[in-house]
Amino acid sequence: MASSNPKKSSIQTYQTKGSSSARPRDDGKLVSGARALLLALKDQGCDVVFGIPGGVMLPAYDVLYDEGGLSHILVGHEQGAAHMADGYARATGKVGVCFSTSGPGATNLVTGICNAMMDSVPMVAITGQVRTTSLGKDAFQEADITGITLPITKHNYLVTDPTAIPRIIAEAFYIASSGRPGPVLVDIPMDIGLAQIESEKIEDVRIRSYNPDGIFNIDNIEMAARMIDEAERPVLYIGGGAISSGAYDQVTELARKTNIPVTNTLMGKGAFDETAELSLGMLGMHGTAYANMAVDQCDLLINIGARFDDRVTGKLDSWATGAKTIHIDIDPAEHGKVYIPDVSLIGDCKQVLNALIPLVKDRPRTAWNEQVDAWKTEFPLWYPTGQNEVLYPQHVCDELFKATDGEAIVATGVGQHQMWAAQFYRCKHPRSFVTSGGLGTMGFGLPAAIGAAVGVTDRPVWLVDGDGSFIMTNEELMPAVQHKIPVKIAIINNFCLGMVRQWQQMFYDQRLSAVDLSYQPDFVKLADAYGAVGIKVQKPSEVRAAIDEANSVTDRPVVIDFQVAPEENCLPMIPAGQTIQQMLVEKPR
Amino acid sequence: MPTIASKGGQQLGQQHTITILVENRPGVLARVAGLFARRGYNVDSLAVSITEDPTMSRMTVVCTGDAYILDQITKQLSKLVDVVKVADYTDMPMMERELALIKVNAETPRRGEIMQLVEIFRASIIDISETTFTVEVTGDVEKISAFEQLLRPYGIRELVRTGRIALVRGARTAAQS
Ligand SMILES: Cc1ncc(C[n+]2csc(CCOP(=O)(O)OP(=O)(O)O)c2C)c(N)n1
Repeated sequence: MASSNPKKSSIQTYQTKGSSSARPRDDGKLVSGARALLLALKDQGCDVVFGIPGGVMLPAYDVLYDEGGLSHILVGHEQGAAHMADGYARATGKVGVCFSTSGPGATNLVTGICNAMMDSVPMVAITGQVRTTSLGKDAFQEADITGITLPITKHNYLVTDPTAIPRIIAEAFYIASSGRPGPVLVDIPMDIGLAQIESEKIEDVRIRSYNPDGIFNIDNIEMAARMIDEAERPVLYIGGGAISSGAYDQVTELARKTNIPVTNTLMGKGAFDETAELSLGMLGMHGTAYANMAVDQCDLLINIGARFDDRVTGKLDSWATGAKTIHIDIDPAEHGKVYIPDVSLIGDCKQVLNALIPLVKDRPRTAWNEQVDAWKTEFPLWYPTGQNEVLYPQHVCDELFKATDGEAIVATGVGQHQMWAAQFYRCKHPRSFVTSGGLGTMGFGLPAAIGAAVGVTDRPVWLVDGDGSFIMTNEELMPAVQHKIPVKIAIINNFCLGMVRQWQQMFYDQRLSAVDLSYQPDFVKLADAYGAVGIKVQKPSEVRAAIDEANSVTDRPVVIDFQVAPEENCLPMIPAGQTIQQMLVEKPR
Repeated sequence: MPTIASKGGQQLGQQHTITILVENRPGVLARVAGLFARRGYNVDSLAVSITEDPTMSRMTVVCTGDAYILDQITKQLSKLVDVVKVADYTDMPMMERELALIKVNAETPRRGEIMQLVEIFRASIIDISETTFTVEVTGDVEKISAFEQLLRPYGIRELVRTGRIALVRGARTAAQS
């Protein structure tokens, strides 16, 4: 049988070309492929995995039983495991790891993997697979997960040679975390996990066909600097790439040096302190009016690690019509994908900015700053106050910001509440806003918040969730309670699928179809049933006390059911595919 | 005003010859093909084989269409972990060849004519049955198409073409381009 002696394996093996170096472990003992897997994970600095066991994954779970140094969080659903690994990675910058069995376990990871791909999150998913001798025979719980995840992983592996496990795991971490990060899946058939191999430690990974730093092209950097010096109305447009790259200090330095107003995407929240005077907050469909006005009127748009997403630009040919563009991004394929920039600087944001900043002249505040500030004053983000009985959803987000002084990590679901959280929770630090941007995955919030809280224990982790989003993955309260993870969950409960309701009201003639969530469970009782703390809030005056109470709980999750004004809509809004001329915005009343 | 990239969709355009050097391992073809499929880009021909280095395969893809989309596909291809090198040979001095096997009706009275055609095209007859010839022909696309046209009146029973393969002229190699 193939697994009994790897040296004589009849299975096709392949070796990545490169010059990875490996060292046999000292004891020279044979270990199972499954143990080699866990040792390799630990070698990569992994100390926690999220997952659910099952038939073909039992060899790995059996090793977990006695192999120390690696904790496992048993989740309620594999989608939760993937989102936890994702939230962990976003909050810490490290690679998140999840485990699942073959077939349904693996397919349950798919949404989470795709979500990580869309937002360039470093993640390694390990899936069990049926024995190599059964592959392709529709064996029990066989699913072609490498085939299924081909377009939604940065790379994936089907391991057919047990001796390759240490190298493949090292490569998976390297690929996931280098260049433009992304998820990597490693599919391990059961016999590969059972085979005995000589354990080795991979010390240096090199892959001939993968060179994340290979394309670094800043030939036009002088031109970029000149454009910045000469621009009268420049705007910095910061995306998630600035966070992946760790370019926060550089972005701040460039902004301070030049007094250029800074707007950020949803993914870029926290790359530049959103409470700073130069910050315009988020731009795009539900961005601030002043950020969108600044982009509309600017003569130079400096894109740092963003990708001209359609939720940012709306109708492309009417967006930033007076602007020249500089695009800084590590991914060559992003350059010219949507816009052909006037100047392309291809490389890691941090490195490119380090080269750019010394070439740019200092500039004082100008009339442009005055203009931008005037827009800020004229069209602030706001919500009605003084109506003592009506609890506005924005109020909850605003109060949460104040109560935590912008220092918390905030995760979100997807919908109106996500946009309100993005608007009102101004992030001071990077890796503080954990949200599903590219895929817009409802149900991401709770598991992502748990993953973030597992990774970061010295800051409070809040989840701003929708009632609909919470219903999708609330089973993850179970591991949160089990592991005493003190995530605080603010459900912005409008008893409906609010964002869809908003679109139906605005663009489908008020014909509300399938958005009612009045048959939801009682979230306080639900929290109680899980062993979490549940609090119900219906009045504005109760908000702060509830937040403070939640912040004082340290040994279990807290669910606050904020029952908000159900009819509230999220503004400002530039309807999909439209322009700033169609922006719906109200001045404060 | 920033220039908006092309809206996408396969438009009529130049024919491109793309060479892709990849790791010789399972699944790579699916990854490469997936990128063309996702952009709705039809492949005119595809040839895959191993190279002077047995750990590497070489794919030669011929396709027609919008240069912008193709540029996008090339960039995406370069990002695939298994892809070592991508080169668009379209505007380079290159040699292209294709091989075709053609099974053509060859009744006794017409065999002479066909053999003459075979000679003129420096093709060769590699199999004979009572009623057919199987002919092998090598050359550039135009030559093979011309040969096919001329055989057509005799009745082509079966035809298979390898798809184009290409090398740049001179000492330069794909790995260096
Ligand atoms: C998995 C998934 N299914 C469907 C959608 C489409 N969708 C976008 S927002 C939304 C409503 C979200 O409702 P809720 O979580 O209650 O948040 P609210 O908008 O009310 O704040 C829906 C259904 C989605 N984004 N994700």
